[in-house]
Amino acid sequence: MGHDHDHAHDGRLNRRDMMSRCAGWAGTAAVYSVAGGVVSSGGLDAALAAGRPAIEARPFTFVQISDTHIGFDKPANPDVRATALQAVERIKALAVKPNLILHTGDITHLSKDEEFDTAKQILAGLDVPIFYVPGEHDFLDEGQGKAFLAHYGRGTQGLGWYSFDHQGVHFVALNNVAALKPGGMAHLGEDQIAWLRKDLSGLPASTPIVVFAHIPLWTVYEAWGWGTDDADQALALLRRFGSVTVLNGHIHQILHKVEGNVNFHSARSTAYPQPAPGAAPSPGPLRVPTEQLPSMLGIRSARFVPGREPIALIDASFA
Amino acid sequence: MSLLTNVSRLALFAVLAAPAAAYPSPAAAAAAPAKVQKVAIDNFAFSPQVIVVPPGTTVTWTNADEDPHTVVANDKSFHSAAMDTDESYSFTFTRPGEYAYFCSLHPHMTGKVVVKG
Repeated sequence: MGHDHDHAHDGRLNRRDMMSRCAGWAGTAAVYSVAGGVVSSGGLDAALAAGRPAIEARPFTFVQISDTHIGFDKPANPDVRATALQAVERIKALAVKPNLILHTGDITHLSKDEEFDTAKQILAGLDVPIFYVPGEHDFLDEGQGKAFLAHYGRGTQGLGWYSFDHQGVHFVALNNVAALKPGGMAHLGEDQIAWLRKDLSGLPASTPIVVFAHIPLWTVYEAWGWGTDDADQALALLRRFGSVTVLNGHIHQILHKVEGNVNFHSARSTAYPQPAPGAAPSPGPLRVPTEQLPSMLGIRSARFVPGREPIALIDASFA
Repeated sequence: MSLLTNVSRLALFAVLAAPAAAYPSPAAAAAAPAKVQKVAIDNFAFSPQVIVVPPGTTVTWTNADEDPHTVVANDKSFHSAAMDTDESYSFTFTRPGEYAYFCSLHPHMTGKVVVKG
């Protein structure tokens, strides 16, 4: 395509700038319509007043990558940059080019500037817009999240949450790694849940929803903090929709749960595996024989076809 | 009352205090042997989870895990940077009280420093 591929949100920069300039953006959703190939946007209030414009639902493929942990250098994987590059190669080799990529956080290992920069350089090899949510490893700077938001916060609300529509699917990006409470698990917080309520209100129940957040939005294993203590409030808002796909990272392994119309999926890391719940004294990096490592890392592709629910997911390991 | 937030600053303070010994000053008294208590961070747990120390104790946390951890007071009175493997954080407790803390990356990790004279 020939233009600069810095894909924080730049692949959709024009839309995102439009979103941030929409009157009433703060606390409301932006609604896009496609008519005759022309994209226009408007605040949610305007859309509700006008009658919600029809969003043309068309099939497309998207990808989830997670937990690249750029900066990690321990025995579980001494070269996380190489395995992140493998993810890039795998995505480039997909039979159908994805329209967009979701990164479900822990982009970096220690929130250092050079780690954010290296991650950007590696992922710039993909000619596809990438949408990020932070992991707790991305909120470790002195400013407790300012570094992540400087890189990826443009057009987002609060501590980095946002939503967007693509060919009929409503994507919701949540941050459940800020302001964690002692003794708790992950946390969304009142402001974010209030924003989510407004964001979803007015959407027809037939709208397919994809929610992505770093830490699982269902309780995988409370003793290791693998869950979100106020996720039930978010789930209550999502239950009326016919198809909800929740994509998470953090636990570096694939686990699923189905609750009515809500399908939860955690993902592999591109960096290192972690033990199954309770299978080790703690959830730290899991060392496996070198030849086994590629089979425990991977990416996920998703195929949306209007009318076919839930969204089909294909997990692919590097071996 | 100064609160020292890492080991290197404690060392620097001790070095600077030495030449001042020729003059009567509070710095000379502070250069007396400091009380030190260690807490290990291992397998996503603080060990010992609860410690009881006299006022003036410097507590040093050292991370033995392959994941980084932080030490954050529930009441925000102290807040470490992220500690990678083998890195440490120190805080000197001058006031009596109970200081519950947790790891802000892994909030199920909790501990407490009880400061009693």
